[in-house]
Amino acid sequence: MGMTIVEKILARASGQAKIAPGDLAVVAVDTVLMLDTNFMPDIRREILKVHDAEKIVMVFDHFVPPPDRASADAQATGRAFAKQFGVARLHDIGRDQGISHVIASERAYALPGTTLVCSDSHACAAGALNCAARGVGYPDLVYAVTTGKAWFKVGETVRYDLTGKLQPGVFAKDLFLHISGTYGDHANQNVEFGGGGMASLSIDARRTMTTMGAELSAEFATFEADDILIDYIRARTSAPFEAQAPDADAIYVARRTIDLSALEPLVARPDSVIKNSVPVSQAAGVAINQAFIGSCANGTIEDIAEAARIVKGRKVANGVRFIITPASQAIYRQALEAGYVQILMDAGAVVTAATCGACFGGHMGVLGPNETCITSSTRNFKGRMGDPTARIYMGSSATVAASAIAGTIVHPGNMVRA
Amino acid sequence: MISGRTWCFGDNINSDLMVPGPVVYATPAEQARAVFSANRPGWVDEVKPGDIIVGGQNFGMGSSRPGARSLRTLGVACLLAESLNGLFFRNAVNFGFLALRCPGVSTAFTEGQTAEVSVAEWRVRNVQTGATLACEPVPPALLKLMLEGGIFPSLERDGLIAPKATKAK
Repeated sequence: MGMTIVEKILARASGQAKIAPGDLAVVAVDTVLMLDTNFMPDIRREILKVHDAEKIVMVFDHFVPPPDRASADAQATGRAFAKQFGVARLHDIGRDQGISHVIASERAYALPGTTLVCSDSHACAAGALNCAARGVGYPDLVYAVTTGKAWFKVGETVRYDLTGKLQPGVFAKDLFLHISGTYGDHANQNVEFGGGGMASLSIDARRTMTTMGAELSAEFATFEADDILIDYIRARTSAPFEAQAPDADAIYVARRTIDLSALEPLVARPDSVIKNSVPVSQAAGVAINQAFIGSCANGTIEDIAEAARIVKGRKVANGVRFIITPASQAIYRQALEAGYVQILMDAGAVVTAATCGACFGGHMGVLGPNETCITSSTRNFKGRMGDPTARIYMGSSATVAASAIAGTIVHPGNMVRA
Repeated sequence: MISGRTWCFGDNINSDLMVPGPVVYATPAEQARAVFSANRPGWVDEVKPGDIIVGGQNFGMGSSRPGARSLRTLGVACLLAESLNGLFFRNAVNFGFLALRCPGVSTAFTEGQTAEVSVAEWRVRNVQTGATLACEPVPPALLKLMLEGGIFPSLERDGLIAPKATKAK
């Protein structure tokens, strides 16, 4: 019988003719993403040998610019590591920095048909590029850096066939919230996206979906490759690659069709996205203290453009902090050139440096006791963005921007102009 | 055979409940003191070495924060759950913490009952009720890591990483 996308990529990477659920695949890793957090003083281990510096990409993203001495120490140590072992692809603070998962895409480091690991759970983002990418633990990361290998316990695959096209005001985040709300977790399973509807989703939108694969507890989340993807890669690199399509007789544990045109804006209620989504109307009226757009999932130029479109000529509600964190310096520059930053600042928003920042409660927008936030970032766990008594709702960047203006959670359609 | 008192937790226990934000980059000992501080304050003072955690679906969902290491540091002997997040499981393997998928376990135990766990037979028994359940076997190479302290000791032996410097705190 045939193989799914991930099974085919893992088969190639492990030198096997066939990979199936239940196998333990030991693969050669094509790309290892290292982060500033891998060098934090109280957790780092001293690496003595590197398997292949050319397979390593280093990106400083969680603490940029460093807000404290520990993160400054981590970044200095990271720079010394890059120098010692000759890691040329170091995305340090400045021109080409950003959130690692977005950099892996922007620079096409994550090539179709290849494998990637990173010690951040949202590494699965690169699945939008037909890459078998997985967030691993810090020990796995050290193992991959020093040996060039990683192991994967191969799970069954759930296939999502997308049809139709999202309505105006409905975004990939709403599609994710539909899946997490309807089907719950996908622990130990892979998620595969394809079907005619994917042609209406940009690479940014697809990356929202694969990034959020971590929130489904999926092992891998991948999209099929199409002309949109091949054009995206070819605009960025001439490196050779071989995209993997699922076999016609691939085995799926479930196969589900989703009509994109039937979806509506959703929000996840606080503490979890698992079976916790409701139409925005059911959360409407909840007063907010903070609205946040950012993260590897939704700090894209499309998110910032949508926010600017909604807030143009309007003011952020009194008492609300509207924080926008572009996912990379390149996105920030695009937003500047397009005039979005001006529009957002005129409305009263704060636009920060590219960093993971508020998404993980690290800095640049940490929540206080009993505060309420609506976010388009990755996670709404209790305590995720700051104080454990804070309540975090999750929606699309359009819903977040509309709510920032209203001061309460509101359907983005309420902000549509006549 | 492992035998221990059980502590029951529900579905979707996430990484950030085990390793809350303020201690993500703190020492392992400091991290362990913060386990479940948001959802079950004081639990770290009640749990004893050798105890066993019984979890529900999707245990450990979320990030790469090493909750498994904190549970090991607290002396928890084993985690039994309906299903395990794959990234949590990776950290369990690599930090040497026994975590097993055991369908039915969340309804087979009430808190305080004693569980007996055999990885030779992949079986769990409730000592009070006599109920027995099957666990999903862990591949031998991964089980060896789980039971022998994780991946770092072997990377040290192979000269790939330096022996851990003990840091004065």
